[in-house]
Amino acid sequence: MKRGALAWGVGVAALIVAVLGALAVGRFPIAPAQLWAILTGAETGTAAIVFWNIRAPRVGAAILVGASLAAAGAAFQGMFRNPLASPDLLGVSAGASLGAVLGIFLGLPVAAVQGLAFAGGIAAVAAVAALSATVRGQGDPVLVLILAGIALGALMGAAISLLKILADPYNQLPAITFWLLGTLSAATREDILAAAPAALLGLVVLMLLRWRLNLLTLGEDEARALGVNTTALRAFAVAGATLATAAVTALAGAVGWIGLVVPHMARMLGGPDLRRLIPLSALLGAAFLLAVDTLARVAGRTELPLGILTAVLGTPLFLWLLVRARRGGAA
Amino acid sequence: MTVLLEARGVSVGHGRRTVAAGISFALKTGQVLCLLGPNGGGKTTLLRTLLGLIPPLAGEVQLEAVPLAALSRREVAHRLAYVPQAAPGGFAYAAREVVAMGRAARLPLLAAPGARDHALAEAALDRLGISHLADRPVTELSGGERQLVLIARALVQDARCLVLDEPTASLDFGNQALVLREVRALAVRDGLAVLMTTHHPDHALLVADAAMLLHGGAMAGPMPPADLITPPRLRAAYGVDAVVGALTTPQGERLVCAPLVAPP
Repeated sequence: MKRGALAWGVGVAALIVAVLGALAVGRFPIAPAQLWAILTGAETGTAAIVFWNIRAPRVGAAILVGASLAAAGAAFQGMFRNPLASPDLLGVSAGASLGAVLGIFLGLPVAAVQGLAFAGGIAAVAAVAALSATVRGQGDPVLVLILAGIALGALMGAAISLLKILADPYNQLPAITFWLLGTLSAATREDILAAAPAALLGLVVLMLLRWRLNLLTLGEDEARALGVNTTALRAFAVAGATLATAAVTALAGAVGWIGLVVPHMARMLGGPDLRRLIPLSALLGAAFLLAVDTLARVAGRTELPLGILTAVLGTPLFLWLLVRARRGGAA
Repeated sequence: MTVLLEARGVSVGHGRRTVAAGISFALKTGQVLCLLGPNGGGKTTLLRTLLGLIPPLAGEVQLEAVPLAALSRREVAHRLAYVPQAAPGGFAYAAREVVAMGRAARLPLLAAPGARDHALAEAALDRLGISHLADRPVTELSGGERQLVLIARALVQDARCLVLDEPTASLDFGNQALVLREVRALAVRDGLAVLMTTHHPDHALLVADAAMLLHGGAMAGPMPPADLITPPRLRAAYGVDAVVGALTTPQGERLVCAPLVAPP
């Protein structure tokens, strides 16, 4: 219980610091004191306009994206009993990327690119699930599912590469490359409102199932012997994680690293029980992506892609936690 | 005594490959039935079939007089609890959380264990004398302790029939005796029907009411352990010479089975 309180404390504190930091830096800083005035309506000047129209949507987007990716990653790592699992294991990121790249290649408007990304992510996982269902009966259903995801992911990767070669190298290729590394620089309030319902629905599904998902970590036979319909439970959880991941990928692009590594940080802090791990991962993922996005805004003269910063900043942090946990025996 | 688990002319195997055929037995309340047999002889395949994890290739398995195939996973779990081998590794859940997982079949889809479930888990840990381990991560427990935690998990499932897969494997001498005593108590004190597999013929002599031997694709038994466990049958199944003889113990006379190791 003490460990739980500490983990929650770290998570909440990290998010608060990240939010205040995100507001306080940038071309138009908003100090914590000013924030109170804006929230209560006492301040209605430029600061309030910047806050409501630019800063708050972007902070909200970063929180949504980080929380969704990290929670989906935690759920996947648990239910597939694999520490290397991430939300794109079954092809959702590859499918969303293919959809978005296709949209950019065809010169479609932003909303259509986002729609194609969302649909691509869902369609890829649906195809993987259908493929694995047809070959079921022989062998381990989890292994078949993962192999189908890897195979289809490779195929979609090839299609993305082809589109990159065919794309106009001066306008389309940079846009594609940027999208594939992830960014929130173009996210508007409308984009966020479009992505939020699907992402939140996916998160709610994972939150509601999170105790039962623990049972899948015991392995197929043990879970079924305990009375769990593993096929149905896994289908619900994959659907929830896919919905959340596809929605935020459509919003922010293919932001890597978070879904893979943040769940490990959360596990070091709070243990493997998914009842704690999924919400804690969401909290840490939100804080981390918000911090990274803030840096992306202010670090260079042009905005840096999120995918680069998550890895550059996250890896040392992760290694530090790893060394510390090994020494303390907490992991 | 009611028959809880019954196999009628069951063949087991994977796909089209039959591993063992012609298996029939009936397990009643308050009874311990031991399943013996060499590695690769089909013990695990039979257990998975009895649990409904794979279908029988022929014949029928009945659970409380209902065909297993007609029951959902949840309904099977209400009637039959499974205690797997306490393999090392896995996730570092606290022992009490592992035990509470046994409540899965009694909880609605979206629910987590509540106060009542945790009280049941507590009671099961207490029943097995391991309350002091409740907050320890299972990955830090010894093999014997982990095995007892898994037995506690099966108990909170509230099924009348218990299937244990080699509960004494990889345990030291003391823990083996501890687990065997609990297995016996579950049948005698709690009136559960217990099926356990084991590598030790002597364990069948110690705790079982009946025993059967799965070897060469066929089943010998069930019959009283003293009738089943004979040197010729052990020789045929395991390729080892063994002696079975009576030994006078403080608890009276009992049959003991010991292998003979040929001198080099």
